[in-house]
Amino acid sequence: MATRAQAAPAPWPRLGLGTRRALWAYAFLLVPLAFFLAIRLAPAASSLYISLHEWNIISPDKPFVGLRNFQTLLADPRFARAAANTVRYVAVGIPTQIVLGLLLAMALRRVTRLRGLFRALYFMPFVTPVVAAAWVWQWMYSEQFGPLNSILVALGLPTLQFLRSPGQALYAITAMVVWQYLGFQIVIFLAGLEAIPRVYYEAAEVDGASGWRLFRHVTIPLLNPTLVFSIVYSTIVYLQLFTQVLNMTFQDQGGPLASTLTLVLYVYQLGFQRFRMGEAAAATAVLFAVILAITLLQMKVLSKPVEY
Amino acid sequence: MAPRTRIDPTTALIYAVLTAGTVVVAFPFVWMLSSALKPPMEIFDLRFLPQQPTLDNVRVVLTRTQFPRWFWNSFVVATVTTLSVAFFDSLVGYALAKLRFWGREIIFVTILATLMIPTEMLVIPWYILSSSQGWINTYWGIMFPGLITAFGIFLVRQFMSGVPDELLDAGRIDGVSEFGLYWRIALPQIKPAMAALCIFTFLGNWNAFLWPMIVIQSANMRTLPVGIALFSGEAGSLWHLIMASSALAVVPVLLVFAVLQRQIIEGIVLTGLKN
Amino acid sequence: MKHVLALLAAVGLLLGVASVGATQPQVTITYWQYFFESKVRLIDQLIPQFQAQNPGIRVVHENFPYDTYNQKVASAVPAGQGPDVINLFYGWVPLYVDSGYLQPLPTDAFPTQELEREFVPMLRNSRFDGRYWALPTAVRSLAMFYNDDLLARAGVARAPVTWDEFLAAAERTTVRDAAGRIQVEGFGIAPGGQDHHLIREVLFRQWGAAPYSPDGRRVTYATPQGAEALKWYTDLITRHKVGAIDFFPGANGYRNAFMAGRAAMIFDGSFAIGAIRGGTRAKWGVAPLPRRSVGGEASNFGSYWVHGLTVRATGPKRDAAIKFLKFLVSPEVQRVWLERVGELPASRSLVNDARLANDAVFGPFIQGLSYSRATFFVDETAQRQVLMDAVNEVVVNNKSPMQALQEAAAREQKILDDFWTKRAKKQ
Repeated sequence: MATRAQAAPAPWPRLGLGTRRALWAYAFLLVPLAFFLAIRLAPAASSLYISLHEWNIISPDKPFVGLRNFQTLLADPRFARAAANTVRYVAVGIPTQIVLGLLLAMALRRVTRLRGLFRALYFMPFVTPVVAAAWVWQWMYSEQFGPLNSILVALGLPTLQFLRSPGQALYAITAMVVWQYLGFQIVIFLAGLEAIPRVYYEAAEVDGASGWRLFRHVTIPLLNPTLVFSIVYSTIVYLQLFTQVLNMTFQDQGGPLASTLTLVLYVYQLGFQRFRMGEAAAATAVLFAVILAITLLQMKVLSKPVEY
Repeated sequence: MAPRTRIDPTTALIYAVLTAGTVVVAFPFVWMLSSALKPPMEIFDLRFLPQQPTLDNVRVVLTRTQFPRWFWNSFVVATVTTLSVAFFDSLVGYALAKLRFWGREIIFVTILATLMIPTEMLVIPWYILSSSQGWINTYWGIMFPGLITAFGIFLVRQFMSGVPDELLDAGRIDGVSEFGLYWRIALPQIKPAMAALCIFTFLGNWNAFLWPMIVIQSANMRTLPVGIALFSGEAGSLWHLIMASSALAVVPVLLVFAVLQRQIIEGIVLTGLKN
Repeated sequence: MKHVLALLAAVGLLLGVASVGATQPQVTITYWQYFFESKVRLIDQLIPQFQAQNPGIRVVHENFPYDTYNQKVASAVPAGQGPDVINLFYGWVPLYVDSGYLQPLPTDAFPTQELEREFVPMLRNSRFDGRYWALPTAVRSLAMFYNDDLLARAGVARAPVTWDEFLAAAERTTVRDAAGRIQVEGFGIAPGGQDHHLIREVLFRQWGAAPYSPDGRRVTYATPQGAEALKWYTDLITRHKVGAIDFFPGANGYRNAFMAGRAAMIFDGSFAIGAIRGGTRAKWGVAPLPRRSVGGEASNFGSYWVHGLTVRATGPKRDAAIKFLKFLVSPEVQRVWLERVGELPASRSLVNDARLANDAVFGPFIQGLSYSRATFFVDETAQRQVLMDAVNEVVVNNKSPMQALQEAAAREQKILDDFWTKRAKKQ
């Protein structure tokens, strides 16, 4: 139809390509951003607000106390312990998880027989409910009955106290956490390794590279987005470690003697068991600031645009 | 027909290490299964295998508790949330990785920042919100905080950044809409990441405890973790039932994993678009 | 057609009649408790009875996992949600009152003198601000559970009566393997279980140190006698090696160890009777807590879960809630409670019933009730932690009991001071 060719002039002024795409981007982002605003950011802001008040559940008077909650926190030795412990969990757990995860993912790609079975078995820990896993691990660590100490005894070595020792407990729990997240890490790396097109390996091999050089110059750089994700996300998770510690030390949470206490467990006890919401909110604000700082730093240092 | 290759020493070593590793890795899981089959008096017998294996614990869990109901509730919540996450997270991840617009980095960091607030501190505002909206004790109430996750957005963004721009440009030239570029071209390229995202989202929701515990009021809305928590009480924990129900709870997750994990390997093969 | 009209008329009449009955206002109140199968079932059966006695009141019963019960309340309250009548541990009452969540029991419905006459003496420990805030249906005290078979095998003639006998029995029943690791402990020691109550209300007192001042505001156990008591307790682990903390891991592992025949003696509350009865293969018995000498000072720790009125119960709901509360603590309900749940009744007359006192299992608990004290906790979580840490400092870090106790006292004093200063400000 002839009228088609003279299609009515577009009601909008002709928008540039870039602008149009940007508008599409905003359209895609609209609902999610509104969601985050309502569900995550607004509550976080109210939490910050609460941290500046003495907020004990529904006491009608919630006096503004400025930074007093923060001062109370700094004066509490348990808070300092929780902070120090949390850093230790991250420092020990993240490298172990990343390295082991990568090695195992690469190994799993090489096997051809029983592929699915191996993957399923390595994924088991991640799927095991924490309550059950913690119970089994506590038995494994038992000084009197656990297989680990039985092996030590059989070798004529002295027993280790593991969860009963303030010096060892944190590392004992870290082992359990790494064990649990290993499956997660492996799956992420498997996906990341699969995403590297064979072409690059073939090209490099043509150039005579192999083994370690292949790994260093092809795999690692192309795995960068996955590595960044893994390190950043895992750090955020470890900085908020809670469930595993709670279940592994249920009778003496964060113990013995606050040696396994994490910041979130501290917040949980403060807010939910002792009803001191103002202080709990203050501790959360501190934690948030720390995580934000670390994450931004990591993103800056680690992210490398992939050069093809 | 190529001659059957002999296994080279490196591969043999890898198999050996992996097998040894599975013993360590799967051991606690197997102990859980073994305990699930032990009668209550045997749970603390400290022997690995049950002397008198019994399916009684499983029977009690399935018939004398509301386990089936908990299972169904968890299934609904986990499935719906996974579908929602798969869609919204990938859409946002795509936009953040592949579209240029003002405020892109700030928005990304803001979304990332939502990961840094522990759920424990959000449950009370969520509860206040749910109570004012009448969402208490409903499926929607249990699900809403997890329908869009920063975790997924972050993951997808990273993988989307590896999708060649040329593919998208080619699509634009072909007249594909912006949404179509995402849905028909970019998304299929990151199947492995999407499979991973689905597995983790399903699992995370399947095992979620704190928020469901708080928003659920009546017995028939309980999800699996909340139900299993009932086996622990002031007079101790019924470990044989906890193990049995935990073992049963794992089954669907393993199924989801079994189905999706092939995607992680075979995803690339199907698209064949790698240049 | 005539029949249809007649039918319609009949239906209309019925509806009219029904609506007359229904014009009586329906008040719905909510009751929260933690999940415990026999308790939940019993309340479910009692509610129809109550509703029949009180037409116009409907009770909704909701229950939650025990371990996270406090967290559930902590989230519901700021949202203005929650029950009208709430079941809570007596030790949380000051905290809940301080947070403004409970309303005091009206003295017209619950006259103070009557309460103190009706209920066991230790209820008086719950007086706060000169008023009562919640009442129990059932109470519990501590006693010693012992494994008859293990004692007999070790040649211990009868359950120990003094602490010295206790130590001797524990030493004889402890079994170690070739490497010296305990395989059967004589004493299922558990500072995180009931032992911290034992230390506070039994050991300190019997060694001559009252744990707190009479007004409950000062910590008074940091004395040489208190240190002696603590040392006696920690020596069980470090010197005599008759027990190990977390011998059986997990919450209340000490009870599991006892049930599995791996601990000869434990100190536990009467609420554990059901679990132990159901889970123990060996012959077992119950005896009163040991004392320093035969006929010496007796002391015990008693506790109870109480039902309180929340601030949500206003207007007609309040009246309904008060009625329900009265029902819950009535002697009839207490009797049924004993039967079905197995917990000791809170009323004096019921608990002094001769049949109960002579029961092999309940008897020692009832005996203990007569001299039980219920510690006045202002922050049970934190105060429990203080004592657990004191024990750990001695056992793991080799601190001297005196030093550990002084540090504990300082910490606990701060907790008490914080609480009382805040309350003073509010008055």
